[in-house]
Amino acid sequence: MGRLIYLDNNATTQMAPEVLNAITEAQSVVYGNASSMHTFGREAQRLVEQARDNIASLLDCDSSEITFTSGASESNNTVFMIAKSLIEKRGGGRIVTTTIEHPSIMETVKYLRKCGIHVDQAPVATDGSVKLDEFEKLMGPDVVLVSVMTGNNETGTIQPIETISQIAHKYGALMHTDATQAIGKLQLSCKKWNLDYLSCSGHKFYGPKGVGVLYAKKGIPYEPFVHGGEQEHGRRAGTYNTIAIYGMGVAAKLAKENIDEESRRLWTMREKLREGIVAKVPNVVVNGCNDRQHCLPGTLDVSFENVEGESILLMLDIAGIAVSTGSACATGSLEPSYVLMAGGLDVELAHGSIRFSFGRFNTMEDVDYVLEVLPPIISRLRAISTR
Amino acid sequence: MDSFMAQWVYTDTVKDHFMNPRNIWNKDENWVPDASGEVGSLACGDQMRVGIKVVDDKISDIRWLTYGCASAIASTSMMSEMVKGMTLEEAYHITPEMITDQLGGLPQHKFHCSVLGDKALRAAIDDYLEKNGRENPFRSSIAKIICECKGVTDQMIEHLVATDQAKTLEDLQRLTGYGTGCGRCKARIEHEFEEMKHIHGK
Repeated sequence: MGRLIYLDNNATTQMAPEVLNAITEAQSVVYGNASSMHTFGREAQRLVEQARDNIASLLDCDSSEITFTSGASESNNTVFMIAKSLIEKRGGGRIVTTTIEHPSIMETVKYLRKCGIHVDQAPVATDGSVKLDEFEKLMGPDVVLVSVMTGNNETGTIQPIETISQIAHKYGALMHTDATQAIGKLQLSCKKWNLDYLSCSGHKFYGPKGVGVLYAKKGIPYEPFVHGGEQEHGRRAGTYNTIAIYGMGVAAKLAKENIDEESRRLWTMREKLREGIVAKVPNVVVNGCNDRQHCLPGTLDVSFENVEGESILLMLDIAGIAVSTGSACATGSLEPSYVLMAGGLDVELAHGSIRFSFGRFNTMEDVDYVLEVLPPIISRLRAISTR
Repeated sequence: MDSFMAQWVYTDTVKDHFMNPRNIWNKDENWVPDASGEVGSLACGDQMRVGIKVVDDKISDIRWLTYGCASAIASTSMMSEMVKGMTLEEAYHITPEMITDQLGGLPQHKFHCSVLGDKALRAAIDDYLEKNGRENPFRSSIAKIICECKGVTDQMIEHLVATDQAKTLEDLQRLTGYGTGCGRCKARIEHEFEEMKHIHGK
């Protein structure tokens, strides 16, 4: 077995050893239901509350504003259903979002439209950033909710959430951001950005899978998405996933300590790879944004002309390198990445796109290995291509 | 991780043909075919070009190029091995199922979009017969009737899509009257229509 290099950290991350140790230890002793009043329950509750404090500290909000969910998809669904309910109660209103959100928002938008809810989607520029003038044209006093992701999973482009939040509030709308990709890589502040809602998941920053958070500002409209017991003060029913929640809390504490240094490290690796690819492989297009201020530090999306993405992905996989692609062939649909297409990328280039996403466990040697393996793969596939 | 790596998305045969494709049309080789055919488009994510040499109405040599995913590359490679030495008639009747069987199977969602090698080969045989001023006795023999009430075949659909006469299902219905009898063919016709649009880059 040769080398294995994981460069798909935007899909999910390996758990940090600190997280793994903490939850392994807790798992064997803490099994009570965090809602129970006895010793076992109180010990579980202590871990949940500790996690809540760590996450509130990372998101710069109050612990009471944090609700635990099964992940960002559930958090996103919850926010959009709150907006649906508000619109129905008021007998009118709109939601404004973008064309590059995660499927948990894109598909929810389709569902809401079927239910008769009006949703507008602001377009993005070629660098993947929301066109602010077009966005503001969509705004009006009838807008109930604005939802714009903090950083994109494919292009890595970071949106000016603080500015968008100001615009949203100017029109009296509630402001939501899906910060799933940005958490742990970008300093987030619910207070400074004046956010009403924020979604994130544990597994994108070295925590466990199956746990996430919905931040909802104190006093802001709220309705549970999962109805049932009194957990989370009636905001989200279901027995506490204590161990995963605890693990996400440990991950949040680590993220808070390491965020600046980690971001610098990720950006250095990303830039080394970008420069290497551009120098060694002809006819490539780097997608999204290329300045440090507006790009998630570990994300690099590149299109290779005249080669199809799934072929590149599988040849890299055989060489032990794990990446992802925006090609249609990888998903079984006929359309390539809607995110890349939304930025106006040529459909052929979208089929030939590869996303490299770095994480805490990658090294500069990984970049060297990719730069050794990738160019001959592209040449080989180009040699058998019709173009 | 060994067991994990062993369970690849495709069969070992697909992997072999993907990593070591046979009969590549090397651009530097100066290989001149007697006829060639091309299907698909880069915009659709799959494109294939097939060149053939013909001796005594048998395929004596074949070369190909493919832009596409692993199963597109592997299936064209497999097809090129299968048809060498076949008569034009035999080669014309190669189906995606025959290629897929030789590959040991493909995931369901890959079957329709990526197995285009047989179509590129048929286009090359059509080209050969046309270049030699000969009748094409094979074309009608492989037509499959999809709408029995109105006698609509897959080839009629392909022709109407390829020549831009049917850009929408409404066009297709107007031109062929499909689905106006018993109506049972509707789903299959729509599927065929989408597939042909994909193959011809429409």
